[in-house]
Amino acid sequence: MAINESVRKAVLGAVPSLRAFAISLCGNVDRADDLVQETLLRALANIDSFQPGTNMSAWLFTILRNHFRSEYRKRRREVEDSDGHYAETLKTQPEQHGQVEFREFREALAHLPADQREALILVGASGFSYEEAANICGCAVGTIKSRVNRARTRLIELLAIESADEFGPDEQTRAVLAGRRD
Amino acid sequence: MDTAATREKRDHAKPAKLGREVQARLGHQLRALYDEVVSQGVPPRFTELLNKLDDDSSKDKR
Repeated sequence: MAINESVRKAVLGAVPSLRAFAISLCGNVDRADDLVQETLLRALANIDSFQPGTNMSAWLFTILRNHFRSEYRKRRREVEDSDGHYAETLKTQPEQHGQVEFREFREALAHLPADQREALILVGASGFSYEEAANICGCAVGTIKSRVNRARTRLIELLAIESADEFGPDEQTRAVLAGRRD
Repeated sequence: MDTAATREKRDHAKPAKLGREVQARLGHQLRALYDEVVSQGVPPRFTELLNKLDDDSSKDKR
């Protein structure tokens, strides 16, 4: 397939964020990169179905999410996976790319139900609007809003945050976020 | 003195304020985690993949 320059640019431009989203979905960097690669192959094979002028990044996120969901369902049937699988995956590779300081936060994130985690990431980290996130997940805007709210509430419970000063018992994270090293 | 009335006032005032601060912190940490991956940029395998797909298509035309 011939890849025109603007498509190439848009696709490669979306890769860093697609990877971050993929890692948040499957909790494994290598698997996430495979997921991104499969997404790009699918997207380019179906580039004619992309409507010029619409958000390329949102389109790629939709493909990645749908692909992950169908693969995940397949695997789940094959290995009788449990709901705790994602959390387990993270535990087996806790500091894979130097994220020691994010350990507690990632573990809390891993304990969220998949649909809540996904909504929170899309809106809170990827920077999509509620409407775009709803399109990506194929659900109503209200559903996304309620998933995001529930995700935030649950995270706060899991991290046992009672006040902003106590945010995360992990001093190192706060030091890093505050830009200082004690 | 911590009367029922002041206690009630305090308990109602606090959550809203803390809610905003906590949410801001939460958002910050979420983005920091996400951006750490984003800042890794585009791994070579993806540029190579697009180059290869493009090469294959020019070969097809020949």
